[in-house]
Amino acid sequence: MTPKLVISGLAKTFYTDRGETVALKGVDLTIGENEFVALVGTSGCGKSTLLSIAAGLETYDEGSITLDGAAITMPGLDRGVVFQSYTLLPWLTAMGNVEFALRAAGSNGREAQEIARAHLSLVGLEGFEQAFPAELSGGMKQRVAIARALSYRPEILLMDEPFGALDALTRHHMQELLTAVWEKHRLTVLFITHDVEEAVYLSDRVAVMTNRPGRIKSIVNVDLPRPRHYELLSSAKFRQLQRRILDDIRSESIAAAGLGKALA
Amino acid sequence: MLGGRIAAAQFLGVAALVFAALAAVWYGSTAAGLVRPLFLPSPAQVINRLAELWRTGQLTADVSISIYRITLGFLISTVLALPVGVLIGCYRVWEAAIEPFVDFIRYMPVVAFVPLTILWTGTGDAQKFLIIFIGTFFQQVLLVMDNVKSVPREFINLGRTLQMPEWRILQRIVLPSSMPAIWDSMRISLGWAWTWLVVAELVAATSGLGYRITTAQRFFQTDLIFGYLLILGILGLMTDQIMKYAGRRLFRYLEVR
Repeated sequence: MTPKLVISGLAKTFYTDRGETVALKGVDLTIGENEFVALVGTSGCGKSTLLSIAAGLETYDEGSITLDGAAITMPGLDRGVVFQSYTLLPWLTAMGNVEFALRAAGSNGREAQEIARAHLSLVGLEGFEQAFPAELSGGMKQRVAIARALSYRPEILLMDEPFGALDALTRHHMQELLTAVWEKHRLTVLFITHDVEEAVYLSDRVAVMTNRPGRIKSIVNVDLPRPRHYELLSSAKFRQLQRRILDDIRSESIAAAGLGKALA
Repeated sequence: MLGGRIAAAQFLGVAALVFAALAAVWYGSTAAGLVRPLFLPSPAQVINRLAELWRTGQLTADVSISIYRITLGFLISTVLALPVGVLIGCYRVWEAAIEPFVDFIRYMPVVAFVPLTILWTGTGDAQKFLIIFIGTFFQQVLLVMDNVKSVPREFINLGRTLQMPEWRILQRIVLPSSMPAIWDSMRISLGWAWTWLVVAELVAATSGLGYRITTAQRFFQTDLIFGYLLILGILGLMTDQIMKYAGRRLFRYLEVR
């Protein structure tokens, strides 16, 4: 497997008026080409910081992070980012939002229109091309955001809890959709979540992060067959993997919540 | 119910009812002779006075000159406030350079500038523009700054992940994103501009609505004062409604169709 995103010894400290917070310390993680890796951890463990650094939106203090061998120092079109919050521009239609990204990437006119239309249909939004974000449901908005991030063909897709704000049912549909898209088009994905079930269902490998200062605690291979369907969730193998990751994460979340004594 | 919705017709009905009730109280108290006409003239007196001024062309002349002054004064102020507000909303250094100074000026009562502006520019239109400017510009700068600052951080990050140059992010994301709020700020500041115009006209002018009100006071023409106050209210209400309507048309994308 060709390594795509390589993170080694990465550290990040935030300095505020109230002192310093070590968010990341010694993070090592390699994501191969066309691999889907989920990063799970308790809230505040620094997983979003890690994604921001990969996106080039945040600096780091130590270590290195490279994409195709080149150091990441700033944002770039070689990375597509999907945020948790809805980031569709409200004055543009669904089409307009995808075309907005394509224009920034240098496509114009008819070409951009065709690519935008194709990507909206990829996420099942035919017929909603001319809808404004205010007219779309939360799940639809995130589908447009995914279409937008895929449209300019980035080398890697960085997703920061993209389904975190959705209700449980919609979230399941989105997971199925993302798996289907990924199985058809194969691309490198780093997916941040705190939902273990989601992580196992989507990924080839699941990396568990420790509490702050965050580093990679364990990496679990998800050797479940593809194409994956929803019935998989009730299989023994799935449950077993989910259980293992949950065990890994549980000690971290108990410590983070200060529940150690109460639950002993 | 807290924050509950009502039909547009119901809203209009309630609003009209309040106006009608006030008019009825006004009519009733004057018809019953409860107050002296010098203090509160009857509606008929006021309407007659306005009709008379309309026939002689005085009313149209006063309204036109005042509208001319506020339009130009407000435009000058707005055109200058927009770039300054956007600049200090985007860059902390510029905020540090300008915001405290603007706050400092903002707390000086506009009325206190009237003698100075007369000294500087005389009693012509320029002085009216200047008073409207002093009264509106500094407030607008701060409003626009806040509007620009409330552009979601995620929108700017989106521009950065798309590798857009900074000025592009400003032009394609920050400006369109803050436009609805800026429009609203302009609507609110236009209301203040009316006040400053009338203040300027009351103190030193030879024409306009404010000027006519001062001369009316000298001749005890209370009906004219009331008439012109009503006209000012109507003009204000009209501009506000027009701005609101235009805002809804311009930013229709914010509403679910």
